[in-house]
Amino acid sequence: MNYIIRQCNNVRRYKFLLQQLVSRDFKAKYKRSFLGVLWSFLNPLLTMIVQFIVFSTLFKSDIPNFAMYLLIGIVFFNFFSEATSMGLTSIVGNASLITKVYIPKYIFPVSRVLSSSINLLLAMIPLFIVALFTGVRFTFAVLILPFSIACTIVFCIGVSLILSSAMVYFRDMQFLWGVLNMLWMYATPIFYPESILPQNLMILFKMNPMYHFIRLSRALILNGESPEFKAYLFCVIAAVIPFFIGTIIFKKAQNEFALHL
Amino acid sequence: MIQVDNVSMRFKLALDRITSLKEYMTKLIKGQLQYEEFWALRNVSFNVSKGEVVGIIGKNGAGKSTLLKIISGILKPTEGSVKCSGSIVPMLELGSGFDHDLTGRENIFLNGAILGYSKEFLESKYEEILEFSELGKFIDVPIRNYSSGMLMRLAFSIATVVNPEILIVDEILAVGDADFQEKSKARMMELMGGGTTVLFVSHTIEQIMELCSRVIWLEQGNIVIDGKPDDVCSAYLQKV
Repeated sequence: MNYIIRQCNNVRRYKFLLQQLVSRDFKAKYKRSFLGVLWSFLNPLLTMIVQFIVFSTLFKSDIPNFAMYLLIGIVFFNFFSEATSMGLTSIVGNASLITKVYIPKYIFPVSRVLSSSINLLLAMIPLFIVALFTGVRFTFAVLILPFSIACTIVFCIGVSLILSSAMVYFRDMQFLWGVLNMLWMYATPIFYPESILPQNLMILFKMNPMYHFIRLSRALILNGESPEFKAYLFCVIAAVIPFFIGTIIFKKAQNEFALHL
Repeated sequence: MIQVDNVSMRFKLALDRITSLKEYMTKLIKGQLQYEEFWALRNVSFNVSKGEVVGIIGKNGAGKSTLLKIISGILKPTEGSVKCSGSIVPMLELGSGFDHDLTGRENIFLNGAILGYSKEFLESKYEEILEFSELGKFIDVPIRNYSSGMLMRLAFSIATVVNPEILIVDEILAVGDADFQEKSKARMMELMGGGTTVLFVSHTIEQIMELCSRVIWLEQGNIVIDGKPDDVCSAYLQKV
């Protein structure tokens, strides 16, 4: 109990620092690029167009409103891969700070994930524009969308906590993660329908948290209806369990960080 | 104010630094994972009460910087414990939190936040920092274009704008040109004289004699003498 109160005080005390770090990441990202923040809109749109052309002409997908189906998957998965690869280097990249000043170290991975979340929110704008163009009829279900976004963010914080501590000990993580990330993308139904997944391996695909977040978001936007209660439950479980595992690993590892940087 | 209780710090010196999984596995299988133990501090205990200015002297590698890092909370001691009451401002290395793509103004807020200052505080002290650093119109230029002297002036001005309860200083008194050195020294004296508890590492014995009310002499991780500046310094000078 005491521990929780102390952490809450910490969060209040370091809120300003968190704010500063998020704004630094965000400014640094688009510094010296001509289109600047516009890339947050353009990136998912362009990826969507490329994949749309490839998959709708080559593979003859029979998914209704394939453009939207694709775009929702891309926006969420892009966020996941950006947030985790930024989180991965957050401790090693701030080595000069960690060995000179005392700051609670979780601030670094958390701030990286939060600055990617700003990108995620910006990417929602083209998503809604495309939705209007492709004739999606919105219902009140879309108001539940922040829930699936929040779950995804919590999940990404969990993964980043694990990756950033692993990175301190093994610098191989950054290369390994690039490959794993790609594998993860193919294992998530982003550009193919769920129905092509082999039925006997379904349980394996349901272990993938990203599957649940994307599935819920698609149901809310494309079908315009709130899915069964179980879908929410799965999202919460898929977010909270990695978060707790990440917190425990990070807490154990952090005391040794300064010695290995 | 500061209670250092039986602190020991052990470093494991891997004979060669292993940073990849493959290397680790091959070494592990071959049974070559060897560490050499190195005790940077051994059973160090002392108390510092409010308002004391404590100098720490000793040769290179005596454990001075390790001690400061443990007190600042950057390193966790292998054994023993440290208790501090009050806000600590560590000045171990100036400007370590700077982002070189941001302007001077943005860095004041970023670096201030890293040192634990609040937004309101920084806004109210902004003019004072700007004036002390003598940067003028350069404050809105990205600091990658600054000269090293300008960087140091900015860093010093941010770090010393507060009156912290505990100040930890690792040899940073002289930055910038002669004028600014004079000014920064005066500012340090002001901070140290203002009832702040100070822990201060220096190799300049004259500085220690001038500023401190108590001196601790460290050697190979042990306290040799802990006492009045005159006694400790003369003993130290005789030994060296």
